[in-house]
Amino acid sequence: MNLRRDVFQAIADPTRRAILSLVAFQSMTAGAIASNFGTARPTVSKHLAILTECELLEQTQNGREIYYHLNAKKMKEVADFIEPFRKMWDERFNKLETVMKKYKTKK
Amino acid sequence: MEHKTKVTAENGKLDLVITREFELPLELLFRAHADPDIVEQWMSNEYSTTKLLKLESKKHGSWQLETSDPQGKVVFRANGVIHEFVPDKKITRTFEMENTPFGVQLEVYEFEKINDDSSKLNLHVIYESVAQRDQVLQLPFTQGINLAHNRLQETVMKLK
Repeated sequence: MNLRRDVFQAIADPTRRAILSLVAFQSMTAGAIASNFGTARPTVSKHLAILTECELLEQTQNGREIYYHLNAKKMKEVADFIEPFRKMWDERFNKLETVMKKYKTKK
Repeated sequence: MEHKTKVTAENGKLDLVITREFELPLELLFRAHADPDIVEQWMSNEYSTTKLLKLESKKHGSWQLETSDPQGKVVFRANGVIHEFVPDKKITRTFEMENTPFGVQLEVYEFEKINDDSSKLNLHVIYESVAQRDQVLQLPFTQGINLAHNRLQETVMKLK
């Protein structure tokens, strides 16, 4: 549960969401990512650390450079996050429909 | 596959939207939200029974419900007030789970006619904060765990 909450908090931050959408297209170094933001480099580094801890970002070493890319599997998990909530409402509304259909035929 | 019930919850926002189309005339869909006896029927299932202690379906009315497990133990209680009550169109109400830290949420129900036999519900839920919304979104996970646990218990009891 804690891990899931962390992931959700990670993507609740607008800068971190922007980082994720940047690296969705291509692997990038921390420097290249930071050049897209007006904030200080250490701030971007902090965001990268959080995203990496939550496994939303993966690192690959290429020579002296570290490239960041999106962990698609984890992103899928985030999308699945909402599914139990949706299902709960779906089941509830299915029941509503069944109950009300009885009233329909009674009329 | 296209889902009948859709939930839209954008990251970092403090609201969400639930939409659903019903094979029911608009009047019946609305009645299912206004008549306490009917609400009790569709809010109950094999694992829990919901009772409406109060449902005053009118402007400035209030409501309170409680849900019990199959052993009759109350596991959940919620209440709120109704701000707008426009038959076959709209209900605006607050929702608060009692004895929880989840705060108060505002719920706007909009009912729409599609044709004589079908209708649509648009439910807009606004929370006090992003964190609060995300916590509520996580609740079904916990409930799922509890349900699995209950089922396990039932099975074990049968083995005895």
